Amino acid sequence: MFARGLKSLSIASVVLIVGAFALVFFYAPNDADQGFVQKIFYLHVPLSIVTLCGFVAGGIFGIRYLMTGDRAHDLRSYVAIHISLILAVGALITGSIWAKASWGHWWVWDEPTLVSFLIVFLLYACYQPLRFAIEDPGRQARTAAVFSIVAGAFVPVNFMAVRLASTFVHPRVLGTTGGSMPGEMRLTFLAALAGMAVMFVTLWKYELTSKQASMRLRALRRRLAEDEDRWVPDRRSAAPQQL
Amino acid sequence: MPALPLDDAGPYVAAAYLVFLALILIYVAIMAAKLVRIARDLDEVADLVERREARAEEQETVAR
Repeated sequence: MFARGLKSLSIASVVLIVGAFALVFFYAPNDADQGFVQKIFYLHVPLSIVTLCGFVAGGIFGIRYLMTGDRAHDLRSYVAIHISLILAVGALITGSIWAKASWGHWWVWDEPTLVSFLIVFLLYACYQPLRFAIEDPGRQARTAAVFSIVAGAFVPVNFMAVRLASTFVHPRVLGTTGGSMPGEMRLTFLAALAGMAVMFVTLWKYELTSKQASMRLRALRRRLAEDEDRWVPDRRSAAPQQL
Repeated sequence: MPALPLDDAGPYVAAAYLVFLALILIYVAIMAAKLVRIARDLDEVADLVERREARAEEQETVAR
């Protein structure tokens, strides 16, 4: 169900990521203001955008789960948030490195973009413990769906709130005036964004396929073991246990 | 702040890209561990099926 197109997606993500990084170092010019250190931008910004989109996608699958009751949507939502959390760690670390190189500090607490991203990250860091705390699978899925919807709605609201904030220390990439990136930089940025987005979808499908295979195997083992009177109950988990 | 010279900026850029690479490699390593677990479960299921088939064959022989 989830494995379809995984091979071509994997190839596409490798080609796009390698191509985008080649553009970063051999095609895009050095920034006039920041110099070579601005190359972090092509990694940090797409990573952050894809992470936030992943969180929103988790909320959309949460809505679909509540509407249909289909457990596959709960699994899709769980995996989207799981992968986004991993990428969020990357976005935070690369952002911190960039901040140190450009501003001289690893973290700036009065910068709304940084702090709001950290808040979103910490909010989603509660998702797994929340799921783990609920033993009943149905209740776990419903509660997680509600969480993913509320938190998913918080992401664009948070994004807009930061845009409306008066401090504009953090560089704007997708500016309301059409942006100020030259053509080469824009192309490189879009290639990096596309690569990161395809990589996210690949990892998402990869994880979904793995989870589905484990679930099917577990169900098969349980059916076989039940006949032999040596059935072992599933261990408690934050991840969905059945489709 | 003025732009860092290439010598000073290089390690920061390298560090950022290495963090990304490390994250992906760690993820792949975790997925590999999961794959090993799936393979182990598959062996167990195959073992159960084999045992069941052997038992069925035995019962058939006794019935004859």
